[in-house]
Amino acid sequence: MKIHEYQGKQIFAKYGIPVPKGYPAFSTEEAEAAAKRLIDETGMPVVVVKAQIHAGGRGKGGGVKVVKDGPKKAREAADALLGMQLVTHQTGPAGQKVRRLYIEQGLDIARELYLGMVVDREKKRIAIMASTEGGVEIEKVAAETPEKILTEHIDPALGLGGWQARKLAYGLGIGTGSPKPKETVKQFADIVGKLGRLFEKEDCSLLEVNPLIVTKAGDVIALDSKINFDSNAEGRHPEWNELEDKDEEDAVELEAKEAGLSYINLDGDIGCLVNGAGLAMSTMDIIKHFGGEPANFLDVGGGATKEQVTKAFKIILHSDEVKGIFVNIFGGIMKCDVIAEGVVAAAKEIGLSVPCVVRLEGTNVDLGKKILSESGLKIVPAGTMADGAQKIVQLTRGA
Amino acid sequence: MAILVNKNTRVVIQGITGSAGSFHAKQCVAYGTQIVAGCTPGRGGETFEADGPDGKKVKIPVFDTMADAVKQTGADASCIFVPALGAADSILEAADAGCRLVIAITEGIPVMDMIRARRALEGKNVRLVGPNCPGVITPGECKIGIMPGHIHKPGKIGVVSRSGTLTYEAVGQLTALGIGQSTCVGIGGDPVNGTDFVDVLKMFNEDPNTEGVIMIGEIGGNAEERAAEYIKAHFKKPVAGFIAGTTAPPGKRMGHAGAIISGGKGTAKDKIAALNAAGVKVAPTPSDMGTTLKSML
Repeated sequence: MKIHEYQGKQIFAKYGIPVPKGYPAFSTEEAEAAAKRLIDETGMPVVVVKAQIHAGGRGKGGGVKVVKDGPKKAREAADALLGMQLVTHQTGPAGQKVRRLYIEQGLDIARELYLGMVVDREKKRIAIMASTEGGVEIEKVAAETPEKILTEHIDPALGLGGWQARKLAYGLGIGTGSPKPKETVKQFADIVGKLGRLFEKEDCSLLEVNPLIVTKAGDVIALDSKINFDSNAEGRHPEWNELEDKDEEDAVELEAKEAGLSYINLDGDIGCLVNGAGLAMSTMDIIKHFGGEPANFLDVGGGATKEQVTKAFKIILHSDEVKGIFVNIFGGIMKCDVIAEGVVAAAKEIGLSVPCVVRLEGTNVDLGKKILSESGLKIVPAGTMADGAQKIVQLTRGA
Repeated sequence: MAILVNKNTRVVIQGITGSAGSFHAKQCVAYGTQIVAGCTPGRGGETFEADGPDGKKVKIPVFDTMADAVKQTGADASCIFVPALGAADSILEAADAGCRLVIAITEGIPVMDMIRARRALEGKNVRLVGPNCPGVITPGECKIGIMPGHIHKPGKIGVVSRSGTLTYEAVGQLTALGIGQSTCVGIGGDPVNGTDFVDVLKMFNEDPNTEGVIMIGEIGGNAEERAAEYIKAHFKKPVAGFIAGTTAPPGKRMGHAGAIISGGKGTAKDKIAALNAAGVKVAPTPSDMGTTLKSML
């Protein structure tokens, strides 16, 4: 689960991690008022108007505007940003609509650094990465100059050691150029330690501060925040409900999630209904292999009911792009006759207007096939995954 | 032979009174697995009944704690169906009780819980398989988990996979070709798990009853690349492979918590290239896993 920059900064503040002063705004009026308040409070004329979307690269995409001439200008900047389709390297070509802004005080930046935390699967630990190359795409730094990224792993029994934080601080040369180098190192180490605790306590799956800045006065401040939560921990974080921004999610994917289905929208025209994530992914692959384009990833799970299968059909047919459906089930615990009944019920209820190929294998397969063949529906049976994929590609190409 | 489990394995089901736990406990007993105990706090003293493969009733005692279950029954393995937020705790309880093998079926355990659990298991003589996996089966001897027993056939091919239904797909193909399996291991679809490909490949390498392996990976992480390195350097038997997710878009979690391409890393293309370079024959489609392996025997 992703949250906005300003929400992340509110969490940072709770942990005592220094962030610039700022206020969220949902309209141009709120943006102007926020700018005025900031200028009054800080006595400084510079504010930054930042688009809030769940994607990185906002600065480069034109979603961050520095305003030096007062609240009215901030309002103009807000007016330009609100409602725009912001395209960044993480949004895809369609971009993401800007609905929220964050108005923040401007700061005198001396240095921009990168701090990131992820789960290192191989080491089974949280990895904390720091780099002098802040403010840019860290993927590029990792690919082109990996030596510029310093990494420490957090022992979950001990937490991040002070020595590790200092190792990163001196490794980055964080004190260099600061008017108070010792204090700068201390502040950095303090922030890194707090981020480590935050990551663990708040059940994050990814955390980035890009950039983490050193001001001309030598103070270390988190100028950005990106936090992803581990969805598996949702059950012990009721507060996440309020942080969720449903406008940032795909409406159909959200609908599927609420029905207990795992669904991801894709660009193709062949809908897929499969049980199991691995089988669902490889069903997409095999459609592509035989020259088709999958319209979606859809895993109905191990114990889907007739109602869920019906819902899955509806979700797939949501899109006008879908020219055919491939149902691919390996019934293990899930019985093929149950799936077949679900398919028949859904087809009758919705009125199946596109070709549908069904491949059933596993428990009660004969019974399942019988239900399909006696249903009177135009369902094309398939013997194997390959057979089914070829058939659906052929049928949709002809259509 | 075979690996990890056989007809002598004595199993406790943690969460045996829950809906998933009780259903699958019955399926395992019907397959012939020695389920010797159940564990659910607050339900100690109850008896869980199931039908054995011969139709005879099997009475399984339920205990409040794993320490009691293991002490009273001499169980050496555990299978976990406990709900996600309590599952990591159950893993540690099984390890503390002395189980040498802990198989966690539960899906949706927070990654932080798994990081702590892995740390706590360091240096202990216990193997964790999963979580978020179908389990382990040695056909004809012992089934611990949720896989459909009837599609399997005793034989000499090992199967190791991150995905449940895709494992069934491979096993179904092998059985249809008349090729049996030594042991099938689901290592699970989570980013932090107990056993990875290399661990299982090492066991298959040492197992005289395993003559070849099907290895099924998917996008996300670099476990397949590490397996490829190991295969290239040490593995003595033919390996057929498959990687799911060639068409998966980057940045999207494809059902499994661990199946995500992030920052351009963990693509199917990279994994297939690594496996090919290690001499693994990668099946062009998931329908060809069985025939690909057969062509190497």
